[in-house]
Amino acid sequence: MSASPSDQFNFLNRRSFMSTGAAGAVVPVVGGCFASGASAQPSPARDGRALFSTELKVNGQIHRLPLDIRTTLLDALREHVGLTGTKKGCDQGQCGACTVHVDGVRVLACLTLAATVGSREVTTIEGLMKADGTLHPMQQAFVDRDALQCGYCTPGQIMSAIGCVKEGHAGSDGDIREYMSGNLCRCAAYPNIVAAIKQAKPAMEA
Amino acid sequence: MRPFLIERASTEQQAVSIAARVAGSDLAADRPFQFLAGGTTLIDLMKLDVMRPATLIDVNGIRTPEVSSISLENGVLRLGSLVRMAHAADHNAIKSQFPVIAESLALAASAQLRNMASLGGNALQRTRCPYFRDFSYRRCNKRVPGSGCSAMDGVNRLHAVLGVSNDCIAAYPGDFSVALIALDATVEIAGPNGTSKRPFADLHRAPGATPQIETTLAPGDFITTFVIPATPYARRSRYVKVRDRQSYEFALASAAIVLDMDGGIVREARIALGGVATTPWRARDAEAALKGRRLDETTAQAAAEIAFNGASAREHNAFKIPLGKATVVRALLETAALGIAT
Repeated sequence: MSASPSDQFNFLNRRSFMSTGAAGAVVPVVGGCFASGASAQPSPARDGRALFSTELKVNGQIHRLPLDIRTTLLDALREHVGLTGTKKGCDQGQCGACTVHVDGVRVLACLTLAATVGSREVTTIEGLMKADGTLHPMQQAFVDRDALQCGYCTPGQIMSAIGCVKEGHAGSDGDIREYMSGNLCRCAAYPNIVAAIKQAKPAMEA
Repeated sequence: MRPFLIERASTEQQAVSIAARVAGSDLAADRPFQFLAGGTTLIDLMKLDVMRPATLIDVNGIRTPEVSSISLENGVLRLGSLVRMAHAADHNAIKSQFPVIAESLALAASAQLRNMASLGGNALQRTRCPYFRDFSYRRCNKRVPGSGCSAMDGVNRLHAVLGVSNDCIAAYPGDFSVALIALDATVEIAGPNGTSKRPFADLHRAPGATPQIETTLAPGDFITTFVIPATPYARRSRYVKVRDRQSYEFALASAAIVLDMDGGIVREARIALGGVATTPWRARDAEAALKGRRLDETTAQAAAEIAFNGASAREHNAFKIPLGKATVVRALLETAALGIAT
């Protein structure tokens, strides 16, 4: 006896259900309103409301997406690629929850237009763990140091913290606080975040 | 956000010619396009429906050295307009020879925003006046010319006390520009009629009766380079920024100071102010008062008083006048006390 749709649904956990929903939400390509030619550089559309085709390289995988020109990198990741680890906090460049790396540099996905990313490599929180399940030293340090409470800002904190160390701005507690000030934590886990970054720094530099 | 088109430029000349094309024959039309660099102001204000360009000209692909690099030759510092804030803030030669520039950048925004935002875009950033940024307020002369000013009798704690007019009291929010004006920088521009240059001090316009016109740039003008003249004594320079929280906040008052000292005597002083004025503000009368004088708390205080001559406060921002003066005094004394090997 084959499983009924509702039985199948029971096998989906919340996250995979959300991902399925996101993939299903991709607007189908309709002839005529879709700028032709697949490339990292979308062809200039003649109508700002038309969908354009763009390629995003996220965590080593290329995704070809039909997007509205207004789509931010944040919305492209969450709503179109289905990677919901990157969080939407303020959507105004003020909270840091959407921090991702573009070509290894920490930036705000909410103020980046997906159409301007081009062939640059996007790394999100989902791209940090090794294939064998080993966490990135910064992820492990956040676990070890209990550097979160509710966890909503944590993906952005971790992506930003990795940037902070790579940029050479994690030399002292004061430096860490200054160069992490773009990531707000309403649970105020700040002391443990500083401790986590201090723990991860030597492991990252080893 | 409203729909728009994206065009891409790979040279500054191309950016200017795309601008001329998308604007049609009437370049004076109400900005049908905007240049897109870091986007940290523009995308934010487009989401808020405050800025509504029909076309974005993405200039991030421009790699010409004038626009994309930093050079320091014979003491003259050239900063390309597409250099990112973080790159200039972390540049060793800028940190050692023009510390006021490096500090003004490092104390601005957040690390992520500094990785994104360009120097040109930073200089041209729009005001943080909440009535300008919130479209639900009908009255804003900067956003809707002639509509009135909600800030004048509104919550105006963050607003300017210098360079204000009856039509606008919005504060210029930047830090980098305050350092540039103190250093007598020049700005180089590519425009529809070729290249030109002008003193940085002539780039921003006081609001007057037309606060919607913030700069002397013509439509289609593209800033290519900021040029800072050789200023050997700029090693004795400092940017002091006072704000509501210690990091990631705009200035309530700030001061960029450059001092040429002969022992305790001032040969030349440069004083520029941020957070308190409608444009990057140079306090030339205060500088003149210090020339040839011994710099101590008394003379610094006298200079600070002069710097705020003519300041005009509204209901909630009167505190900026004593705060601004205290910032100037502190910045002058700290700059004089810097240990500089000569």
